[in-house]
Amino acid sequence: MTTSTSDAASRFSGRQQSPLQRLQGLLHSYPWVSPLVILIVSFIVFTILNPRFATAGSMGLLFQQTAIVAALAIGQTLVILTAGIDLSVGAVMVLSMMVMAALAKDGGMPGPLAMLIGLALATGAGLLNGLLVTKINLPPFIVTLGTLSIFTAIALLYSGGSSIQASHLPDFLNVLGNGFSIGGLRLTWGVLLVIAMYAVVGFILSQTAWGRYVYAVGDDPESARLSGVPSKRVLLQVYTVAGLLYGLAAWALIGRSGAATPNAYPQANLDSITAVVIGGTSLFGGRGRLVGTLIGALIVQSFAFGLSLAGVNQQYRVLATGILVIVAVGIDQWIRKVK
Amino acid sequence: MAPTKLPLSVDHIPADKHDVYAAEPILSGRDLRIQWGHVVGLDGVNIDLYKGEVLAVIGDNGAGKSTLIKCLTGAYQPTAGQIYLDGKEVDFKRPQDAREAGIETVYQQLAVIPALDIASNLYLAREERRPGPLGSVLRMLDKKGMAKRAGDSVRDLGIQTIQNMNLAVENLSGGQRQAVAVARAAAFGSKVVVLDEPTAALGVKESGMVLNMIKQLRDNGLGVILISHNMPHVWEAADRIHIQRLGGCAGVITPASHDMGEGVAIMTGAKKLAQDAPA
Repeated sequence: MTTSTSDAASRFSGRQQSPLQRLQGLLHSYPWVSPLVILIVSFIVFTILNPRFATAGSMGLLFQQTAIVAALAIGQTLVILTAGIDLSVGAVMVLSMMVMAALAKDGGMPGPLAMLIGLALATGAGLLNGLLVTKINLPPFIVTLGTLSIFTAIALLYSGGSSIQASHLPDFLNVLGNGFSIGGLRLTWGVLLVIAMYAVVGFILSQTAWGRYVYAVGDDPESARLSGVPSKRVLLQVYTVAGLLYGLAAWALIGRSGAATPNAYPQANLDSITAVVIGGTSLFGGRGRLVGTLIGALIVQSFAFGLSLAGVNQQYRVLATGILVIVAVGIDQWIRKVK
Repeated sequence: MAPTKLPLSVDHIPADKHDVYAAEPILSGRDLRIQWGHVVGLDGVNIDLYKGEVLAVIGDNGAGKSTLIKCLTGAYQPTAGQIYLDGKEVDFKRPQDAREAGIETVYQQLAVIPALDIASNLYLAREERRPGPLGSVLRMLDKKGMAKRAGDSVRDLGIQTIQNMNLAVENLSGGQRQAVAVARAAAFGSKVVVLDEPTAALGVKESGMVLNMIKQLRDNGLGVILISHNMPHVWEAADRIHIQRLGGCAGVITPASHDMGEGVAIMTGAKKLAQDAPA
């Protein structure tokens, strides 16, 4: 390169920017920075409000409380990265969980087999969402609004509306609620499974061609297709993989809650979307990082946990979460205007 | 079996172009016809493109220039006629077939992904993996290698305003985005690059940059087809100009043999080209 060019380039990159513009540029490149700042600040505030917040025991509990929504939010992130939305996350998880538990208890199946069938069912549910989106070209919002009702109804009809207690289930289905302690920090196998899920899906998104296709399809499906990306196939795969992840969350939920309950976790859909949005992933698709979703899930749960430790009315958590969602989407709109 | 060369319709070939036109055409279409019901899209068009030339295709709206190009790049299949690449008859079922054969198309709507960086865009759907088990088992992308080779491709086209291959395309100007699209075509188009209205959305300075890239592609030995409505750009960049009119070819001229006014007159049917009389 000639010196004149690199001079021009350095002058270009070194041109005067206001601090606000620099911040905008930073957030644009690293959308998970703002949620990370919020998480750290809330940790500090909650520790000041009640020093018990910062203990190893509290952290272990926080991780266990976060695990399920964090697991669901992985699939939700994949779908939202393609500019879609999945309202059926909770319904798929509950249906899968009820099938796992009923097959083991009433069908007398060994735990691993019941788990695998439940996992396959959740994958099939995701595939159904994907087929409706890609083959019939229905908007994801409508498709998953419909399957939300369908899967919820099937779960209730299938279970007869009654729960199955953990004591009636084989150990294998409960194992994710067990764990071990490191100096007061209690970790369950469920928490470790969710961390592993983040590692694997995060690796796929950032290091493989398929991960790039997910972003490309979400950002501009027509350009992606013209570039040779099999847009429809990628979309179908995203919904299917999301279903598989919800199935793993179902397994973890049995261990976490000590029972399979057909009306478990009713706010799962909105919590998963909240975690993704607070984590800096754009609802318009093509933008965001999986690590942001994990931070977003931790923020939501640490608000719940910290405020209850501080003895504050739980409604303030709901209030604060609502404000955070609007602020997060506002920040997203702002950083998308970066030039 | 290679087709017979068409008459060149070039009165005076510049000395440095004799080799270009002495060779066999890289891409040829013979008697290409396309018909949808009663509508005739192409009415027996012949075309030759040589390595190392820029062949512009001009014509009024509905004259069949896009249809012609889509036949040559696999987006449409002609109802009748033959296409030859490197002297061999080819039958493209899909755009991917043409791409795999070495014909790259830069679409009017750019086909770049704003959220992805430049290197990712250049290698989109053609990603290269790391060597060894990291690539074959874990399917890890060779990000560094792709960024380095992307930089080489961009520099080969004489583009100096793009330095950082890890910059998201949305940070680039319209001309720079067009440059990325052209660089991708240049990096993978081993034989022919087709550009559909590459300067339509650009300002004066950026158009100049893209025209220079087009000349660079030609000088690198590729056959270039340029579709454009912008006559000054065509007269600046083209070696020969194929004029489409009413689904047929109204003639092939050069910027030296005819001026813009005459070209437009032939395009609109106000004037007929004497040599156009069928042999």
